[in-house]
This record gives sequence, C-alpha cells and structure tokens, in this order.
Amino acid sequence: MLASRNVRAAAGARVAAAPGQRAILAARPGRRTLIAAKAQKKEIMMWEALREAIDEEMERDPTVCVMGEDVGHYGGSYKCTLGLYKKYGDMRVLDTPICENGFMGMGVGAAMTGLRPIVEGMNMGFLLLAFNQISNNCGMLHYTSGGQFKTPLVVRGPGGVGRQLGAEHSQRLESYFQSIPGVQLVACSTVRNSKALLKAAIRSDNPIIFFEHVLLYNVKGEAGGADEVACLERAEVVREGTDVSIFTYSRMRYVVMQAVNDLVKKGYNPEVIDLISLKPFDMETISNSIKKTRKAIIVEECMKTGGIGASLSAVINESLFYELDHEVIRLSSQDVPTAYAYELEAATIVQSSQVVEAVERVVGGRVAAHA
Amino acid sequence: MCRRSIGCAHCSYTSSLGYSCPGVAPGDTARPKVPARMQTMLKQRTGLRAGQASRRVMKVRAVAAPVKTAATAAAKTPLVTPEAAKDLYYDMVLGREFEEMCAQMYYRGKMFGFVHLYSGQEAVSSGVIRLLRPDDHVVSTYRDHVHALSKGVPAREVMAELFGKKTGCCRGQGGSMHMFSAKHNVLGGYAFIGEGIPVGLGAAFQSKYRRDVLGDEKADSVTCSFFGDGTCNVGQFYESLNMAALYKLPHIFVVENNLWAIGMSHLRATSRTSGDNDPHIYKKGPAFGMPGVLVDGMDVLKVRQVAQEAIERARRGEGPTLIEAETYRFRGHSLADPDELRSKEEKARYQARDPIPQLKSYMLEHGLATEADIKELEAKVMEVVEDSVKFAEESPKPERGQLLENVFADPRGFGIAENGLYRYQQPGFSSGTAIVS
Repeated sequence: MLASRNVRAAAGARVAAAPGQRAILAARPGRRTLIAAKAQKKEIMMWEALREAIDEEMERDPTVCVMGEDVGHYGGSYKCTLGLYKKYGDMRVLDTPICENGFMGMGVGAAMTGLRPIVEGMNMGFLLLAFNQISNNCGMLHYTSGGQFKTPLVVRGPGGVGRQLGAEHSQRLESYFQSIPGVQLVACSTVRNSKALLKAAIRSDNPIIFFEHVLLYNVKGEAGGADEVACLERAEVVREGTDVSIFTYSRMRYVVMQAVNDLVKKGYNPEVIDLISLKPFDMETISNSIKKTRKAIIVEECMKTGGIGASLSAVINESLFYELDHEVIRLSSQDVPTAYAYELEAATIVQSSQVVEAVERVVGGRVAAHA
Repeated sequence: MCRRSIGCAHCSYTSSLGYSCPGVAPGDTARPKVPARMQTMLKQRTGLRAGQASRRVMKVRAVAAPVKTAATAAAKTPLVTPEAAKDLYYDMVLGREFEEMCAQMYYRGKMFGFVHLYSGQEAVSSGVIRLLRPDDHVVSTYRDHVHALSKGVPAREVMAELFGKKTGCCRGQGGSMHMFSAKHNVLGGYAFIGEGIPVGLGAAFQSKYRRDVLGDEKADSVTCSFFGDGTCNVGQFYESLNMAALYKLPHIFVVENNLWAIGMSHLRATSRTSGDNDPHIYKKGPAFGMPGVLVDGMDVLKVRQVAQEAIERARRGEGPTLIEAETYRFRGHSLADPDELRSKEEKARYQARDPIPQLKSYMLEHGLATEADIKELEAKVMEVVEDSVKFAEESPKPERGQLLENVFADPRGFGIAENGLYRYQQPGFSSGTAIVS
C-alpha cells in the first residue's frame, strides 16, 4: 500500500500521510518505486521537456509559432527549440535580429491577427528592452481595445541567478513585470510542471510570461504525455506538513527542499508550496496552508524590494492576519546587483542554511518527530 | 526636398541625379540662383518653365524604382474615375469636419485628455486607406481618428469613444489615442509613437504566414502603418524597417511628415542625410533594402498613385515600401498645444495647399463632379458628423461592471480566491466591485 501511495505522490497527487507513516515527500518516492518507475518511463531534462511541449503544441495547432534570437538554426541558446526549424520551417521557428522591442511588438501584432506566437527572450533580462511592448501592448491592449483584440502570446526565457554570469545576466524580471495589468506570470520548476505548464500557456488566450531558470535546464525528471496540461493558476503542494508554510518558486524550490532534508532530521515538519502562478496567486492553496500551520515563510530569488514576496506578504497580511501566529518572514535576494565573484554571488541569494534558520526561529525549539 | 523656399526650382530635381541644394540658409526665402546647366536639365526633364511652381509638377521623388514622371505630368485624362474622386472627396471632407467638430466638443467639455487632430493631413489618410481592402490592416499613432474613419469605422463609434461612452468602438476604454476596430481591421491607436509599427509588422507577418505556412494562396492582405517625422527617430522604426525588408513583409510605412513633433522642428531633431540640406526620411528606405518614395502629401491624387504602387508591390510579395508624405497639420499638436512656435508664413503657405479645395477644383476641371454633386457630398458629411454627436451625447456611459471585464481574454487570469472559486466567478465581478488581487 505504501509503495502505491508513494508512486501517486511522485506523480504529483496530493497524498496525506497514512497513520504511522512519515509524511510523504512528493519528490522522493521509495527506492524500489524509483527503479520501477524509471524502467517504465524515461527521465528527460527540463530543456527536453520544454522542447517537447513546444513541438507537441506546434503540431497540434498550425498557428503556433516561435520567434526569438537563435531559436531556429542554432536551436535555442538553451536548446529548447533544438531541430524544430527542420520540422516546421524557418517561418514557424523564426530567427529574429537583435531587436527585442521590435520582435516582441511583431509577436503582439501576429497574436492580435490570429497567430499564437511564443516569443523567446534569450535571457529574460533582455526583455527589459521589450518592456514597452510587454506592458503597453501585451498586457493592456485587450482592455484598451474594449475586448476586440486578444494577445495570446507566451513570452518565455531563462532568468534567475546562474553561475557567475554577472549582474545583467542574473536578473529576476518577475518583480518588474508583476504590476502590469493583463498578464499572467508563471514560473516552472520541475520537468513535469515545466512541460505541462508551457502547454497550458501556449493554449491560453491570455498573454503569459513564462519564467524558466538558467540552472534548471539540466534537471532530470519525468514529463507527462501530450495531453497533460497543467492549470496555470494553481500552486503545487510539494510537501505536506504542519509546522510552517514555506512558499517558494523556481530554483528556490530545490534550495528549500534541501533545507527540508535537514529540518526533517531535526524533527520539523514543514509544508512546502511551490507558487507556480506568481500572478495571480492561488489564494485557495495559500490560505489553506496558512490556516493549518499559522506560520509563513517566503523564499524567493527576487530582490526583497518590490519582489513577488513583497506582494505575497502584503496579501497574506491583509487577508490572513488572524490566522498567523508570527509575522510573515521573507527570505529574498539582497538589494544589490549580482556580483561576478562566486562568494559574493552566493551571499546575494538565499542559501538553504538561511531557510533552516528561519524555520527554527519561527517554529521555535526542537519539535518531537511527528506521529 | 528643401522646404524653406516657395517654388524653388531646385526642388524639382530627382535626388538620383545626385544634385544637392546649394545651401539655402534657414529663414532665407529668396529664390536661389539655379545654375545654367541645371536649368537646361530641368527643362528637358520635366518640360516646365524652370522656377515655376505648379501643382502639376510631379513632386514624387523615388530613390529606387522612380515613378514615371513624364506620363503623369502631361496627363490630360483624369487620374481617377468619378466614383473614386467622389469617394476621396467625401472621405477628406468627413475627416476635416469630424476633426473640427472634435475641437468644438473638446472646448465644450464633452471630451477630455489629449486629443490630436488631423486637420490638413486628410490627403494622406484618404489617398492611402481608400485603396485598401476590408481585410487589409491599418496601424496608427495617437492622431488616429481620421485613419479609423477612412478605414470605415462609423463616425458614431469614433465620436462615442471620444465622449467616453460605452457605445464607442472600444467601449469607452480606449479614448482618442486608442481607436481599435476588429471589424474594420484597425489595429490601434497608440500613445507611444513607434510602438504601433512592430504591431503592424506582426499583422503583415500573419498575412505572409497564412500564405506560406498555412497554404492559403489567396492570403495577400497588406498592412499600412502611419506615423510622423518624430517617430522616425525612435529605435522601433529602424528595427521595423530592418525586419520588414528582411522578411519581405507586405507592410507599407507611411510617414506623415508635418515638420513638427509638438514643438520640435524636424530640422532640429533629425540629422541630415549625407549630401542633403534636409533630413530626408524616405532616403532611409534603401539603406534597409526597400524603395523610399517622397510624395506631396497635400495632393490626394499623388498620394493615391504612390500608395497604389506600394500596395501592389506588397501584394505581389515583393516586400515593404517607405513612403514619406510631405504634409502639415493646420492645428496645434493637440488641443492643449498653444502652437506658438510655427510661423504664420509657414502656416499660410500650407493652408494655400489645402488638399480639399485642390481636389474640388480638379474634379470640376475634369468633369468628375458638378457643383451640385460636391454640395451633396458636403451636406451628407455634415449630416453624418452631426448624427455622430447626437449619438454620442445620447449614449450611456460605461457601467461599473465594465471595469474588470476585458482585462483578460480568459477571465481565469485573475486567479483563484480563498474559497476555491475563480475570482471571475465571485459575486461582484460582473458588477465591477469584486476584489481581484
């Protein structure tokens, strides 16, 4: 019975701990299950999963096309469109010149007139040059036109702090884009959710800004089939728990889960929620968690000022104030440009030891291992 | 073409001759001396008395693929059919009367904000847009009322939009600077100049995609983007020129050069093209691989001729064209602009070239319309314009419920609330009072 529950948990279903069982770690099925699962389905890397998503959606719908720098012949700087131009041609996988604002606007115009472009920013940071088009046209045009034109674009690309890429290649644009009315922000984190969410984003009639992370492209895992399409507005319960709710997204999910390993050994039982939808927040999942644990910690890679955590913290404060025993803790990146030197870069972003320390502080002394 | 002097013989030169003006200083209105060698060339080339300005001088300067000057200059038969001429006249008068009515309504407190009128530039809108098909697209800037009217958006819908009523083409949500019409393929109305051009490119891309990828052989719709001299210094203009030529998109760039970007003279904002005394925008076309054509934007028939060629080129799949139309706005930049920097002489000079009386005399001269026909067209315009005001006045204002409706095409974009329902399913969403964040 435990093995099958483990398999279901690994597949992403929410499974409560059985009596007498340790809390199930959805990302950690038992060893025998793991080997069996590997034999059934193959593990692929996240870039392959994203590529599968794009390929499947392009095959399914001939109006889906890709635009961006080096997406065609080069195959994408992170291989997310590897070889697709051979299958679909140069127009459906369009290599653009280096003019972000220009080709983003071209994507908007194509979307308004019936196509479904996926516009890639080679690095999300480059999309600062496309801010005019993303804000004014992607986001606001449906409203300004009185509902006459929709902009079903997906704007995707790698962001976040990599390995010593320097300040400009290490930006977290989710905080800059979050105020734009009319766009949805989604951040993928696992192989499975990256494929399912990208498919959903491509099929959505809303403009979706889809955040991938530079350091997650080689993460391995199982991807779903052609019909597995996630919900863009739902958060993911990574680990059920009772002591504290840890809200996170993108690569910080792995940092949190690393901290959780240590915490579990110390007897803690944290609940981990991957936000997935950075805007809008899934208030059902978030409030259910906080009502259960009464403590909230946000772990993000954004800067502290004006980040996703800032918005989430405000929302939790306003709507769940009486459900909290403790102020909302925000663990965010320092408000400094990301240095090149390894040690300074590491000091800029949140490390798992900080997460452990925050949980210990919030939950209080050692807690006996849960029944 | 140098704008500083009137009827200067130098301006009848095609730039492909490599001739540049011997340097007329700013403010100098005296006619510069035309070298003898050039005088003979002038006579041979245009068949005109040198130094005489005439409306019939074909002031179209193509940098690549020159327009056939001789044939059209000497044309005795009219350039358009009576039906087309009347359509153009009606359209220009509609544009003029509508804009003048907007000025009245603005000062009476019926419309607010930034309103930019097109008076004086009608020849460009009518000359280009009346040639387009319903499935062709138009993109504009904030000076977009008349582009929308020329494309076929009913005057009622535009006026109601200006009054901020829910019967406006954008339900009152766009306003003067954001005229959109899905039915008539008007892709906006943009407040930031330059940001509409790539959108227009996207529509052209879609047209080519339909043909080449989706296999629709009949897909040959074109897109025209309209913008001014000020826009020609915005980066997106150059990014768009490059991509349009690179991908051979069926897109026509129409520059409405009225010499002024609010209070910034074109001559002070834009560097001169090499060897010229003026910053020629049309010359930037060939630099990107497309023909650049300069046309007298106060003459609707010339604009129409140039546009016809560009549209046919685009439909044949030969790519984009850059058209620079020399034009002028009779009013200030917007209704809030005191318009103190432009000289009275300059304004008078262009008023004398008003496109509407020009077309009127052409029609009468060539028997395309009688005085009675023209009066009938004018009366019809007044009827339409007055009706549009009445309609706008009587239309209801938007309800609170409109607040949240069109933010997302898929209302699930507002997310899931605490109770597990999507926010758009909560009470108060359709009445615009729901909390959505």
